[in-house]
Amino acid sequence: MDLVPALARWLHFLAGVMWIGLLYYFNFVQVPALKAAAADGTAAGITKHVAPRALLYFRWSAVVTWLAGAAILGSNFIGAFTLQKGLAGIGIGAWLGTIMLFNVWALIWPNQQKILGLTPATDEEKNKARRVALLASRTNMMLSIPMLFFMAGGWSHRALFGL
Amino acid sequence: MKNPLDSIWGTIICGLILTVILYIAVKNFLM
Repeated sequence: MDLVPALARWLHFLAGVMWIGLLYYFNFVQVPALKAAAADGTAAGITKHVAPRALLYFRWSAVVTWLAGAAILGSNFIGAFTLQKGLAGIGIGAWLGTIMLFNVWALIWPNQQKILGLTPATDEEKNKARRVALLASRTNMMLSIPMLFFMAGGWSHRALFGL
Repeated sequence: MKNPLDSIWGTIICGLILTVILYIAVKNFLM
């Protein structure tokens, strides 16, 4: 194995674990915790001290994961994204990961900035932002399931696809 | 109809269904 793809794969896994780990943290832990915390008036601890830090690592680990993934694909980058024969499995994984990266930067982060008061927003705008951010986050959680299947099985375990 | 993404389990089930659909599509039409 060449050094660059090996290091890129290592980095892809490290950053990917952080990205998807934080995605699952938001969906499995923080969302229900905020609901309970809002009921007893302790949500500020999470929204002020935890959420901004989690979002910082979340959105940047998404970028690192994508870039390292692109480096692993190397000369197969175009072939994967155009779903060429033999690369369609990893290509589907790459497309799902790319859609998820878009959701992070175009939907989740801008709306979380409004929710957390990092950018000015009216109460009505905050309520709308909460809905959009939740659905974008849940969409990413849903997409992570086939994404990980195709990432894990799309290239290195081609037997799954009869290759 | 309730949005399945409003619940964790709805989200997981949607993800599993999407995995099966994409797997069948890739195996039959793209490989």
